[in-house]
Amino acid sequence: MQLNRDDLKEAYRRMCLIREFEDKVHDEFAAGNIPGFVHLYAGEEASAVGVCMHLEDRDAIASTHRGHGHCIAKGCDAEGMMSEIYGKKDGLCGGKGGSMHIADLSKGMLGANGIVGGGPPLICGAALTAKTLKTGGVAIAFLGDGASNQGTTLESYNLAKIWNLPAIFVVEDNGYAESTASAWSVAGTQTKRAEGFGMPGVEVDGHDFFAVWEVAREAIERARNGEGPSLIHVKLNRYYGHFEGDAITYKGEGEIDKIKATKDCLNLFKQRVVETSLLESDELSEIEGSVKSYIDQCAATAMSGSTPTEADLMTDVYLKY
Amino acid sequence: MSVKSYRQALNEAIYQEMERDERVVVMGEDIAGGMGAPGEDDAWGGVLGVTKGLMPKFGRDRVLDTPISESAFIGCAAGAAATGLRPVAELMFVDFMGVCFDQIFNQAAKFRYMFGGKAVTPLVIRTMYGAGFRAASQHSQCLYPLFTHIPGLKVALPSNAYEAKGLMTQAIRDDDPVVIFEHKAMYDEEMEVPDEAYGIPFGEANVTREGDDVTLVAFGRMVNLANDAADSLKASGITCTVVDPRTTSPLDTETILETVSETGRLVVIDEAHPRCNMATDVSALVSQEIFSDLKAPVKMVTAPHCPVPFSPALEDLYIPSTAKIEAAVREVLGKGH
Repeated sequence: MQLNRDDLKEAYRRMCLIREFEDKVHDEFAAGNIPGFVHLYAGEEASAVGVCMHLEDRDAIASTHRGHGHCIAKGCDAEGMMSEIYGKKDGLCGGKGGSMHIADLSKGMLGANGIVGGGPPLICGAALTAKTLKTGGVAIAFLGDGASNQGTTLESYNLAKIWNLPAIFVVEDNGYAESTASAWSVAGTQTKRAEGFGMPGVEVDGHDFFAVWEVAREAIERARNGEGPSLIHVKLNRYYGHFEGDAITYKGEGEIDKIKATKDCLNLFKQRVVETSLLESDELSEIEGSVKSYIDQCAATAMSGSTPTEADLMTDVYLKY
Repeated sequence: MSVKSYRQALNEAIYQEMERDERVVVMGEDIAGGMGAPGEDDAWGGVLGVTKGLMPKFGRDRVLDTPISESAFIGCAAGAAATGLRPVAELMFVDFMGVCFDQIFNQAAKFRYMFGGKAVTPLVIRTMYGAGFRAASQHSQCLYPLFTHIPGLKVALPSNAYEAKGLMTQAIRDDDPVVIFEHKAMYDEEMEVPDEAYGIPFGEANVTREGDDVTLVAFGRMVNLANDAADSLKASGITCTVVDPRTTSPLDTETILETVSETGRLVVIDEAHPRCNMATDVSALVSQEIFSDLKAPVKMVTAPHCPVPFSPALEDLYIPSTAKIEAAVREVLGKGH
């Protein structure tokens, strides 16, 4: 399986969409237009897109509190997401979920999750459904280095392995669980942990879309072939704080600027495809332009959208009560 | 119709639903038993044998033994329910909710609301509760008030074998997450139970005795104690209405209010600890809605505010008894009773 020109353009489009979306949310949050807690994915785009480029609607993902990137990569409607983050009635979840609970089950997106380590058990369930109903689907849990220390995650590794589930655990290690360094908080290594559970585990540079795409391809192929779960340890960086409003005093001086200058995943992608003549520079600029105006439009729509009313407060608690 | 135990009634409900719908799967610790072991297959059928015989009939793909990892498999059941299966997961003792509650109350219960009405989570969690087994503090609790508190969950407490089959069948057919509380002291209790499948609608109380003097609202196994108390009080010329709400969420407030209005007196019997339990909930409901109909203060018969003790001498003091219920009834009736 190889990436053709259309795939490459689509991958770049999705990565740009995530970056532009997050930059917009950052600005709008700072302007006081967005309520609640917001955790941004900017800098990590190559991971979500590198994995999700392989997926179809029958495949499920579970995300984290830092979920916007996974949602976009899996095909959630960006306008609906933006309205959701603004708490509007036309939001993807009717304004009842917000940033930390964006979901679209019709796209196989089982939700961002406000509980660190909440997703891995759910993904075992989605994988069990795929296996039992023989859909051919796979299920992928995105989790952070913080979640990698939760019991739910380690229990899920074990369950996925002993039940031989088509599950993949993508540990996105951006170096910090909130303000605490993963170099300190994680005993052993992620890949050795995978090995301990008898599943393949591989470490990959999460700034490199092509590297992520390749290891994801292998893991997903194994899962689809009934060869059980895998772990991918993605090393990457986030550009913004743990949450919006975080002054990021715990990072080293110039740490983020250096990454932006040398390892930005969008720049690396662009260099690679232009240098190897896979895509023209103009084509990429065109994508950037159209994404930017689309996100501006999403924010304008979200801003002017109507808010839910009292009639919405008690709906959708149950199907029937 | 034939005589069946509470255990057999539950088993038959799950069996019939698994036969009817191949999306129904069962999972839990030792749910068949003997997985990977050299001896007998289906060795246990659950720790108290409720699921015995399901694995030989439906196979290991639909009767899934799990490791002792409640977080993983309860969460797995939630994820499976949200993606197209209809899992019945056994949380062996409700006391073990402590290691997996996040997956129940933050995940399964909230999917539908958080996701704007787009999630359907037909999850059933079966769990064992209640004192009387000398099982001490971590295997004897009645934690259904904690589950009742959570919007998005339904909570059922079958009080006999007939109720057990009907409520279990209903739970499996329901599209919302349901937690079924099975009292461990009732598994061997027998009665006539229909052979064919039937559901009992949630939120519709069962009035098991009708009387004029006092209304007894009781939950789970306490319904039987309340019935015994009502029968025994007849000899003293006192007649009681006994209400089994069947489910604590939804709660049939209408039947409770109607029957209490008729008698003007209420005793609520709840095996849970006395603070923030079903007894306080029903008392609050009645005092808020029909205070002026009351002829006497409401009386609660509950376990005390202490962990479940081990020593038989202490545990017997801990559990509400028929004698305590009768005393409460006489107290609300006042002098001369």
